[in-house]
Amino acid sequence: MAVEADAPAVDERLKTEPVLTRLMKRPELGAIAGVILVSAFFLATADSSMFTLSGVMNFLTPASQLGILAIAAAMLMIGGEFDLSIGSMVAFAGMIFAALVVTYSLPLALAIPFTLVAAALLGMVNGQIVIRTGLPSFIVTLAFLFILQGASLVGLKWFSGGSTQLRGVRGAAENDPLTPLFSGDAFPGLFAWLADQGLVETFRNGAPKVPGVPVEILWFIGLALAATYVLLRTPAGNWIFASGGDPRAAANSGVPVRKVKVALFMLTACCAALLAIITVLDAGSTDARRGFQKEFEAIIAAVIGGCLLTGGYGSAIGAFFGAIIFGMVVIGLTYTDFDQDWFKVFLGGMLLIAVLFNNAVRKRVTGER
Amino acid sequence: MGEPIIRMENIEKHFGNVIALAGVSFDVQPGECHCLLGDNGAGKSTFIKTMSGVHKPSAGQIYFEGATMSFDSPRDAMNAGIATVFQDLAMIPLMSVSRNFFMGREPTKGVWPLKRFDIDRANAITLEEMGRMGIHLRAPDQAVGTLSGGERQTVAIARAVYFGAKVLILDEPTSALGVRQTSNVLATIAKVRSQGVGVVFISHNVRHAMAVGDRFTVLNRGKTLGTATRGEISAEELQNLMAGGQEMAQLEGSLGGTV
Repeated sequence: MAVEADAPAVDERLKTEPVLTRLMKRPELGAIAGVILVSAFFLATADSSMFTLSGVMNFLTPASQLGILAIAAAMLMIGGEFDLSIGSMVAFAGMIFAALVVTYSLPLALAIPFTLVAAALLGMVNGQIVIRTGLPSFIVTLAFLFILQGASLVGLKWFSGGSTQLRGVRGAAENDPLTPLFSGDAFPGLFAWLADQGLVETFRNGAPKVPGVPVEILWFIGLALAATYVLLRTPAGNWIFASGGDPRAAANSGVPVRKVKVALFMLTACCAALLAIITVLDAGSTDARRGFQKEFEAIIAAVIGGCLLTGGYGSAIGAFFGAIIFGMVVIGLTYTDFDQDWFKVFLGGMLLIAVLFNNAVRKRVTGER
Repeated sequence: MGEPIIRMENIEKHFGNVIALAGVSFDVQPGECHCLLGDNGAGKSTFIKTMSGVHKPSAGQIYFEGATMSFDSPRDAMNAGIATVFQDLAMIPLMSVSRNFFMGREPTKGVWPLKRFDIDRANAITLEEMGRMGIHLRAPDQAVGTLSGGERQTVAIARAVYFGAKVLILDEPTSALGVRQTSNVLATIAKVRSQGVGVVFISHNVRHAMAVGDRFTVLNRGKTLGTATRGEISAEELQNLMAGGQEMAQLEGSLGGTV
């Protein structure tokens, strides 16, 4: 950078920073280190098929589904708020979406925008209550966790005539032109071509073992890139960090803190709805347990990704890797001889390590002693 | 003297039945440092909040560059060129110096939808403006939390000046600082003043005020006790005015020296 050139003589009181220390200050470092550690663990213990193309797709699919929520949760956390209702929002949005497609036979071109708008409105209600009352978002969104959970059950019984499951989405959406954007595998042509060339594993009949990239992986990557760009390279990103870091100082400097926070609640709700649309189309039905407890997993992934619970610090790329760690462990354990119920132990352990690590990093960044 | 940048006449501010300001007059010339002195509870905070648009006066007139002015919000006052550096500084420790510097007023490049935060320019300007105030940053991406109190104060001042402040209100900028950092901040005030900005320096420390002030106005129980020009008044006199005379003299006697 040209700026460095006319920088003044080095302050003699400062030790030169080793590269490692500089890296330590990146919020996403912990999550990247975690991915490396977890990969090493499974390379050593798991069946080698885990790291073949199909194995990777296998663990990236749940990682992506969680990641779509985790990235939104991370942005909201950086903005200084929580949303415990995102898991229930997945169930609720899934119910709305399935009802629109099955009960009202709407095409996806209408059902998807309706679902997103409904979710955004609920996110706005959440946000407005938090902003206007000054209550902690934790308690307000905890209330919505139960409200939406209950509403999903009641709604499902209503639309399905007494069941807590709504079927028939696949049949109703099968020939819709928008379905391939939200469900199934992308680039089947490419993978078929790769199979023909013998570059990927094939079944005996010559079809590739991996028919394409599951679309949720593309959504996940796209969202992570977009979120990172917004956070690091736009004024809105600066406002998000500022709103979470110190809302009063931000407002005094002219940052529209209320708007930023409400927009983040809306974004989080929309991401939950996007996940609902993807998973409902995939499964062909929806039920009341969709998204169950996902709010905790999403927040944990965000924290593993370097987000501070107090707001103002974190990264979307961190949440991206946090979600990948999740997917690797939840699927990876099936490739090993370990009891799968170790997953929860791991989850708690990872969260604890991440929080301790983040705390230390924050002290370093702020020069706190 | 010429036309003041801002002139406040007989400002009164009532909160319910509490009279916080009972007719305060005050003005600032370009390139001068006008100190507003007063003990806790004298009404300094209320007065500067009125000047910076946080409060609307219950009575009295504000003239800005000769014209009557009524600020509806701090934003209005900021746009007119009145910048306030409050004690909390409006800084976010976890964010970098340049992100703090441009918080809420980020420079952009490109056109929508690719309009983005011009971070290189922000960094360059931050380094340059801080250098002008005599602080050489290690890197513009260093977190504000790593700066000392005096340096943070200077970032806040440099930011206000860069964004075109004509009047800079400093609320007790030296109250929480050590000796060396205090002199740095006082030197910064002198630099800002020499650029033609009118500085309003709020303090209850007479020595700090005497170091940079051109004029001194003492506030006591919501009223001005008069304005003195530099050289007209001694530190002791100012101190006595602030504390309400009598009792202070007695107290000092019992303490055996200056407070």
